[in-house]
Amino acid sequence: MAMSADEIFKSVQGVLCETLMVDEDEVTPEASLVKDLGAESIDFLDIVFRLEKKFSFKIQQGELFTENVMSNPAFVVDGKFTDSGMKMLREKMPHLDFSGFDADRRVDALSELFTVNALCEFVKRKLATPQAGAPA
Amino acid sequence: MRWLWIDSVVAFEPERRMAAVKNVSLAEEHLHDHFPPEGELPAQPIMPASLILEGMAQTAGILVGSVNAFREKVILAKVALFEMDEDVVAGQCLRYDAHIERLDPAGAAAEGTIERLDHRDGEWRSIGRASLMFSHIDQNRAGVEFPEHNFVFGPNFRVILESSGLSRFITPSQAPPSAKN
Repeated sequence: MAMSADEIFKSVQGVLCETLMVDEDEVTPEASLVKDLGAESIDFLDIVFRLEKKFSFKIQQGELFTENVMSNPAFVVDGKFTDSGMKMLREKMPHLDFSGFDADRRVDALSELFTVNALCEFVKRKLATPQAGAPA
Repeated sequence: MRWLWIDSVVAFEPERRMAAVKNVSLAEEHLHDHFPPEGELPAQPIMPASLILEGMAQTAGILVGSVNAFREKVILAKVALFEMDEDVVAGQCLRYDAHIERLDPAGAAAEGTIERLDHRDGEWRSIGRASLMFSHIDQNRAGVEFPEHNFVFGPNFRVILESSGLSRFITPSQAPPSAKN
């Protein structure tokens, strides 16, 4: 049976509480992983591993969080995403809410789009996609 | 051996599990400082928990490194959990039992239990646990350059693998002439 949005949120909330040592009430849908919950780079890998375990799916590198795009001059110029960069982000990261980011486009501000909501959206999309197999 | 906090590998299941032991001795300097006599209180030589954690991390780190024949620079990046229930003193033996929970190109998650042998009763007893995250730093630090050679798995770690009969897991380019078997 498909998980409801609330069930997904509760599970993601549990994962983030364990990973980032934060209280449940801090993990609101709008909370940003870095800015509000204090996530650091290695926490992203930890979150990926724990989400895989919790939901029994496999997350490929660069599927949930961006990787190696910042140093690509086709995507980033003067610390801001180009049109190509924005197109690539929209294609690769459909779980992120880019409304409001188009005007900003600063690479430094991208991390703020990784919110609890974005994680829930990622999980929702992932669960709706047929899986090749559970993680090894 | 400088900064080597395991004495020998005692169990090894490739890509899955590794166990190592550490004998705690009064000859180790740090026991004299942890804790020295103070006023009327006698010295209390106790193995520092931070060094027990280091031993656990070295055990799990070698296990993670062995998966890719020690080509990756494996760095302890996060201690998600570390709990100790009891102290460890001189004359006792520690056993670190680590297994890989999850591994991908960016890094690995490992779980470990810490056991202690007291020779007086001859029993191993579980006294702690750890959850550790390791990063393959060359995969995770785009733009940051690290030395070409693998400074994580240096000569010290080779001694451990060789003395534990595990030198076959060292790639030829890393092995000293005597270890090319």
